[in-house]
Amino acid sequence: MNKSGKLAYNTSVVIVAIAAAMGIGAIVFAMVGADIVKAYMVILTEPLKDMIGITEIIVRAIPLSLIALGIAIAFRSGILNIGAEGQMLMGILASSATAIAFASLPKPILVPLSILAGAAGGALWGGIAGVLKARLGVNEILSTVMLNYIAAQFYTFLLRGPMMDPEELVTGSGTPQTVRMPKSAWLDRLLPGTRLHAGVYIAIGLAIVVFFLLWRTTAGFRMRAAGAEAKAARYSGVKVQRYLVIAMLLSGAFAGIAGSVEVLGVHRRAIEGISGGYGFTGIVVALFGGLHPAGIIPASMFFGLLLLGADMTQRLADVPANMVLVLQGAIILAIVSARQFMNNPYVQDKVARAFSRWFGRPEPPAPPGSIEACPDPSDTPDPCLADDPEALAAAEDAASKGKAPEEASR
Amino acid sequence: MNAGSFVLNILILGVPFSVALLLAGLGETINQRAGIFNLGCEGIMAMGAFVAFLPPFFLAGTPWAANANLIGIALAMGVGALMGMLFALVVVTFRAPQGIAGIGLQMLGWGTAGTLFRHYVGGVTGVPGIQAVPIPGLSKIPVLGNVLFNHNPMVYIAFLLVPVFWYILFKTPWGLKVRAVGTYPRAADSLGIRVSRVRYQALALGGAMAGLAGAYLSLAQAKMFADDLIAGRGFIAVALVYFGRWNPIGIMGGALLFSLAQSLQLSIQVAGIKFPYEFAVMLPYVLVIVVLALVRKARMVGPTELGKPFDREQRI
Repeated sequence: MNKSGKLAYNTSVVIVAIAAAMGIGAIVFAMVGADIVKAYMVILTEPLKDMIGITEIIVRAIPLSLIALGIAIAFRSGILNIGAEGQMLMGILASSATAIAFASLPKPILVPLSILAGAAGGALWGGIAGVLKARLGVNEILSTVMLNYIAAQFYTFLLRGPMMDPEELVTGSGTPQTVRMPKSAWLDRLLPGTRLHAGVYIAIGLAIVVFFLLWRTTAGFRMRAAGAEAKAARYSGVKVQRYLVIAMLLSGAFAGIAGSVEVLGVHRRAIEGISGGYGFTGIVVALFGGLHPAGIIPASMFFGLLLLGADMTQRLADVPANMVLVLQGAIILAIVSARQFMNNPYVQDKVARAFSRWFGRPEPPAPPGSIEACPDPSDTPDPCLADDPEALAAAEDAASKGKAPEEASR
Repeated sequence: MNAGSFVLNILILGVPFSVALLLAGLGETINQRAGIFNLGCEGIMAMGAFVAFLPPFFLAGTPWAANANLIGIALAMGVGALMGMLFALVVVTFRAPQGIAGIGLQMLGWGTAGTLFRHYVGGVTGVPGIQAVPIPGLSKIPVLGNVLFNHNPMVYIAFLLVPVFWYILFKTPWGLKVRAVGTYPRAADSLGIRVSRVRYQALALGGAMAGLAGAYLSLAQAKMFADDLIAGRGFIAVALVYFGRWNPIGIMGGALLFSLAQSLQLSIQVAGIKFPYEFAVMLPYVLVIVVLALVRKARMVGPTELGKPFDREQRI
């Protein structure tokens, strides 16, 4: 497949997925008796109406993109990390514990230290699933889902017990939360009056790092090789098991950083419900972004919009905010179906041709005798198999006009 | 509270707890025997629990109220079967990767149940649910009677379904087809078995069972519906299938083991033993990971084509 064909393929996957997901969403909107058009208008435009809305989208996009980057690393390496939610919680715990314990350190040391601690916490939690998969063949989806539940309980335990704000005991309100972070651990707010914080630089920086890691280093190549075809990678000397563990460590670390950035930049104390389903939305963002940093950044903005919009529909269109889960589930099902369905070379070829027909840029003529020159051998005359030079010339002529040979011959 | 009644309490609680896992696990066994790894079980259970809850909730006080539970169960099984077919469309027809598609189905089911629940019901409300029916005579046996024969009818039905599923899977032509398409679909195809059709049927049956498991949770166990009612039971049911080595009788053993872990956790809380509540809740989830780590060799007896889409037109 050439480059414009690949672009056409990816674009159509996204378009088909959005259409299908909006269709399923519309059914659910209809079931709760909401005005479908109005509900979608609220979700997609209401958050964009003022500055607060736009910055809030970015605030949500920051953890989403970080989590999605980690998930993309794992998916590319052939391991499905569903555990970002739990890894994020462990990151929050490690990060806030560090920030509180070393409150006296100056800001330029404490902030990176706290974020690194968050990364370590997430990596630990992801690494468990990675080692279980590599050593004992434990299905990583099941183990990460279970680790999510375990992390959620552990988080609640610490917030209600050892890490609870001592003042809560004094006042007796017993809200499960830690003490407020020291100011020296805060990530700066970028715009006064909004919650937009410096984590946005971290997200963009790490997106670039992930691109270089996966596509410009040997380790990244090996990880992708292990993910694309484990057997072949093993024969060529890649230690697949080791790269599985590394991928899960990295993936967990990214989720941990997301948690750390969220707690240092937005809430400034660990509270309950801080992860808010980001771990699951991150999976959708990663898939929607084509498991590539360049796609994940815009995808995370789109889902930031969706999350914020769904909150608003609750108020404005009387649709429960759970609706966003429906859309996410529908998007996942639609994307994986569309990707697999269009992976069929014949469908792909058709899409690429349609794409070049609509957007100019005729396809370069396929070299005679190549597989592209004979898209369907059952059509006659077949330019590849025929020794007839006239037929060959006619086919080439047709191909150079950007039309399929079988259409020209009719 | 003495040790004897503590243990007895665990057993009495444990048996009904195992039913949801057992029903979903039986359905998932059929799915996996047919080569489909259905992680959407959790989402189907959520939808099943929700739609089963609706008739008793809305029909209360009408002449239909007497049959509301039955209508609910039928609805749950129907919706479950439909969702199984939707999953089949995605993973059998479109041949999408099953792991991630299952997560998609889980989100879809969970989200739809939650959205509709918030809109039509609002807050947590109880329903009368299905009451216990002691089996005359047998329930009077000391100790054993209370543990085994003093439950609601769905408990008895679930345990009766174990031999039924064993028979279907190992003694009927359809069961043979299911095992064939999960082990060697190409051979099955060459013998004229329609691989896709059998997988669709298996997923519909598995979905109906997951819907029934959800109905059990909302009608018989909790007697109410809440967003997080399922709490990972669908995923545990998938793990159970590995533990039970794709055999209904093994699934029953696994379901009992997990439900005992759960009732142990509840009993610890009720007995007031000093132990952090959160760690007790973790117990079943930790157990899943431990069990999965221990049964890795089980793959030998399982369906070899599990999780692999079948493409008729592909050359080997």
